Amino acid sequence: MTRRRMILGGSLIGGALIVGYTATHPMQVAGAILQGGGSDPGPSAFGPFVRIGSDGWVIVVNKQQEMGQGIHSGIAAMVAEELDADWDRVRVIEARNNFRAYGLQMTAGSNAIASNWDAMRNAGAAARAMFVAAAAHRWNVSSQSIEVRDGVVSHPGSNRSATFADLLEDASRQTPPQSPTLKQPEDYRLIGTDRVHRKDSLAKSTGAVIYTQDIQRPDMLVAMVAHSPRFGGTLARFDASDALKVKDVVDVFAIETGVAVVAKTTFAARRGRDALRIEWNDGEAEMRSTPELIEYYHQIAAGRGDLEPSDFGTKGENPGAPFDGDVVEFAFDFPYLAHAPMETLDCVAQVDGWNVSISSGAHLATLDQVMAAIAARTIPGKVDLEVVPAGGSFGRRGIMSSDYLVECVRIAKRIQGRPIKLIWSREDEMMSGYYRPMSHHRVWVQMGADAFPARWRVHSVCQALTPIGPNFQATEGITNSPYFSTASTVDGKIFSPSFPVVVGFWRSVGASHTAFVMEHIIDQLARRADRDPAAYRRTLYERAGDTRRIGVLDELCHKVDWGSPLQPGWARGLAIAEAFGTVVGQVAEVRLVDGRPIVRRVVAVVDCGIAVAPDQIAAQMEGGIGFGLSAALYGAMTLKDGIVQETNFDSHPVLRMNEMPAVETHIIKSTSRPTGMGEPGVPPIAPAVANAMLALTGSPTKSLPFLSGNALSNSDVSSQS
Amino acid sequence: MTAFTINGQAVNVATEPDTPLLWVIREHLKLTGTKFGCGIAQCGACTVHVDGEPMRSCQTFLEDVAGRKVTTIEGLSPDSSHPLQRAWIAEQVPQCGYCQSGQIMQAAALLAATPNPTREQIVDHMDGNICRCGTYVRIISAIQRAAREG
Repeated sequence: MTRRRMILGGSLIGGALIVGYTATHPMQVAGAILQGGGSDPGPSAFGPFVRIGSDGWVIVVNKQQEMGQGIHSGIAAMVAEELDADWDRVRVIEARNNFRAYGLQMTAGSNAIASNWDAMRNAGAAARAMFVAAAAHRWNVSSQSIEVRDGVVSHPGSNRSATFADLLEDASRQTPPQSPTLKQPEDYRLIGTDRVHRKDSLAKSTGAVIYTQDIQRPDMLVAMVAHSPRFGGTLARFDASDALKVKDVVDVFAIETGVAVVAKTTFAARRGRDALRIEWNDGEAEMRSTPELIEYYHQIAAGRGDLEPSDFGTKGENPGAPFDGDVVEFAFDFPYLAHAPMETLDCVAQVDGWNVSISSGAHLATLDQVMAAIAARTIPGKVDLEVVPAGGSFGRRGIMSSDYLVECVRIAKRIQGRPIKLIWSREDEMMSGYYRPMSHHRVWVQMGADAFPARWRVHSVCQALTPIGPNFQATEGITNSPYFSTASTVDGKIFSPSFPVVVGFWRSVGASHTAFVMEHIIDQLARRADRDPAAYRRTLYERAGDTRRIGVLDELCHKVDWGSPLQPGWARGLAIAEAFGTVVGQVAEVRLVDGRPIVRRVVAVVDCGIAVAPDQIAAQMEGGIGFGLSAALYGAMTLKDGIVQETNFDSHPVLRMNEMPAVETHIIKSTSRPTGMGEPGVPPIAPAVANAMLALTGSPTKSLPFLSGNALSNSDVSSQS
Repeated sequence: MTAFTINGQAVNVATEPDTPLLWVIREHLKLTGTKFGCGIAQCGACTVHVDGEPMRSCQTFLEDVAGRKVTTIEGLSPDSSHPLQRAWIAEQVPQCGYCQSGQIMQAAALLAATPNPTREQIVDHMDGNICRCGTYVRIISAIQRAAREG
């Protein structure tokens, strides 16, 4: 596009914060510290998130990070709906990191639609009101008699009409209303329709999208870093003489995380790194192997360690009292999981004295800005962060230490004055940690006379994802389980061991393992009571008053004709889980071939409140199922003497096309506020498949992944006590 | 100097002959639509055509393509209107999009040889291309659509 003139509002101070719907009001102090970071956001009379070009095109500024989840289209649809814009003349641009203009920029917890629901609709509605006021003034008619549709403002009474472009000058002089009137859901023309398509499909089908990896700058150098092969290992000494002989290698030096090789090309950097001779100091490093870690976790859960647990979800009188009568015991082991986004980790940074300029697919941009400032010994306001699309993330780019970004800044600080592109190889990414933590859950259920759980005891072992505060992520999905609500006591204990393997957020976080625990247990209890698993769940949901789960369950049973026969050898498995406020139910059709589960079809039902972009909800369901099934079948990062054994897609298989089931997605109609969809499709698939396998064989699954020669799948945890 | 043709243009590249074609394309020729994903020909993100055949450019070397014709995603269609590209949009295939250049190049080779592939032929042909976002269902639909609509 040619450079279009943006309309500037005369009353703007600092380009933002003039209208009540900006997100910054509680954060003035933080804003004062962070402000200055980020380029001028392009002040607009229509607030920070909406710009309108002189050609009438609506440009929505997306402050969330696009990593594949399609968030930009949902954000734009919320604006376009209330603005009554022509959807085909709406573009989306990515906001640079700018706290002053946009508030916190953190894309996490599947909250981008939910957290922008008010701000984006208000932004669109306020802009609409400004066009209406401008037209009413120009035509000397009342505002109430003005209509807006598809970017055209009209006065049917006098048959006059004007486009956004025609009215732009006048509209931009209007004062934006503080509390514009919003539409009722029944009046939506765009939200909830399949017209809400992605705006990036063409660019992503032609190779035109520029990811961090693709950024080219004059004078840019490429860096690769040799990291310790063990978590907690540090650099003892290195010999760079051969590396420096490699053609086009420019510099080699030690940084906090290893040895950096800086070169004119990626190939030279890789060759230079291969030529390094490095000795690592493993004094503080993790040296154990996965079977030892599993045993360690089992000992902790059995109370034989010196680790003090904390309580979660505890309720009832004397929940710690011994169980008696009909007690059922379960134990589960889950492995470390890598994210393996298709774009490995990368970052472009340049440091000039106090000033830092970064381009990255950063989804915790505000935090990344602060971490970069600390690394560069400057203030956050001197860090300009351009947020670009990421080739996947699944949580890996949302790391609280901003590890790869900080590493790039450190190299750029040393080099000074030249852009540095840090590229991690696939091996670097897979061995770098920040994994979904491995976990062990022991569960005891005392059954009531009605064959439903009367008392629960859950002892979980899982590293904490955050350095301070309770380790709540490890038990989310258990703590809020509807299966607890009818029990007289719940005794939850979480043990949080700490050792050098670094862990992080992985798509769906705690629910990625806790949903398996609860949903596989409930199927086993149903079968034990000789009850149908769907009917058994329904009774529990009724007792818990969980109308959303009942709605999802009923719709799911209806869509799959639950209880109807399948061909011999096939079985259905059901699981329902809530993650980030969204309830998802899935039924998987599974058969076993040589003990290997084949999943041919998954029917999914979701209650995510108002469906803003139904086709993107379906896409996230498909993707979540593929991602979750990949982990359930194969996912495990294992250690041997502290060294990760799965380093690339040869040793770490992931789901391929021949294993992808057909997916059918149904959305529950709702008028509630929307909830997230980036992650909630993941948790139910593994227990749904396990429950189908249980139906086929009568044997429960005690560990994931289903397929693996590693120690995890072979460990018979039920024999431990 | 190694001479070959890329997207119809003759080029001469002066670098080591054992440089992976991927990095020649991306860094010497500045065509960044072809992606690095694994470096060991396991994921397909770097797929290009060499004399019409799909090849993993991370494990194809500059010396291998001397005198040959290389096509990248940028050269698939002069106006981005290849039937697969239109079908990719219609089926809303890409999520993160990073693997899709490779997926489309792999699929284009299939349709060139087999204009009306069965579902099984599609899956067989596409199995070497990983998508972590899980767009496989839509890739199959899009290839079927492209075959149907031409």
